[in-house]
Amino acid sequence: MAEIIVVTSGKGGVGKTTTSASVAVGLARRGKRVVVIDFDVGLRNLDLIMGCERRVVYDFVNVIQGECTLKQALIKDKRLDNLFVLAASQTRDKDALTKEGVEGVLNGLKEMDFEYIVCDSPAGIEKGAFLAMYFADRAVVVVNPEVSSVRDSDRILGLLASKTRHAETGERAVAQHLLLTRYNPERVQRGDMMSIADVQEILGLDVLGVVPESDTVLAGSNAGTPVILDAASHAGQAYDDAVARLLGETVPMRFTDAQKKGFLTRLFGG
Amino acid sequence: MGIFDFLKPRAPNSASLAKERLRIIVAQERAQRGAPDYLPTLRRELLEVLRKYVNVDPEAIQVKLSQEGGHELLELSVALPDKPGR
Repeated sequence: MAEIIVVTSGKGGVGKTTTSASVAVGLARRGKRVVVIDFDVGLRNLDLIMGCERRVVYDFVNVIQGECTLKQALIKDKRLDNLFVLAASQTRDKDALTKEGVEGVLNGLKEMDFEYIVCDSPAGIEKGAFLAMYFADRAVVVVNPEVSSVRDSDRILGLLASKTRHAETGERAVAQHLLLTRYNPERVQRGDMMSIADVQEILGLDVLGVVPESDTVLAGSNAGTPVILDAASHAGQAYDDAVARLLGETVPMRFTDAQKKGFLTRLFGG
Repeated sequence: MGIFDFLKPRAPNSASLAKERLRIIVAQERAQRGAPDYLPTLRRELLEVLRKYVNVDPEAIQVKLSQEGGHELLELSVALPDKPGR
């Protein structure tokens, strides 16, 4: 039985697509059959982050409108055999995605024996974001330790609790997780940035993972290689820890404390 | 950085300021969640009516919808100014 995971946030630019790509790769690297879907119709970008932008022939909307089969639209990852990407359409038609259409695609993917369906939500709370979260079993809310992101996340948590299929049927609640990204322990120590505990307290939810602010995230985007594949990157390792926790493992937090400055660094600056 | 800087009172750091502001606005927005969409309009129209008689501040009107027992309760409170002006 496939689990549907939505990666959402409300605010744009906090790291939803970066997170979707790394979570999908992390799950696939652990042997799971994974598909990651870009719900940002009109502003397709997951393909770039996954490094498959030149192999997009058919997209999500083509499948919904019956212009191709689901199998034709799935792009197989070059690095992992059990990972597939479904690209968003570049159409400007906002009504291209429908609830029935999305449900049909998700059911089709379940029949293809995928274990995890990762939905990369667009920013905002419009139709695309609504449909990305509607069928979810689990939600990863990406949040930056910054006022507008935290407020928008709270709004999204409210929608997850009311505007999803699980909420409407009353069957069960959508499992909610916070993923703190762009975290800078040095700035937290100086009192310039809210801490993990601050964000957890305001939103009333524990964090699934904390991804430190890192140059390697941009480097990964530049290359079309999800940062989780960069073994030397702290951000990549933090994503891998988060994936482990998503699968129920207990893993201690890393990279969340400020680096102690050595004597020479203090003396000469660093 | 001057050598007497430590004598100056330190400004509260910006992270705690952020946390405090968020705590208030998030609590306020959660309280409004699930409330009918007409509440903001109702509040605005009430304010217009009241202003025909008293010069009240927009922040002086509180419209709150709560559950009490088996029914919903619409609570309205208006803080009147010290000297009612016209």
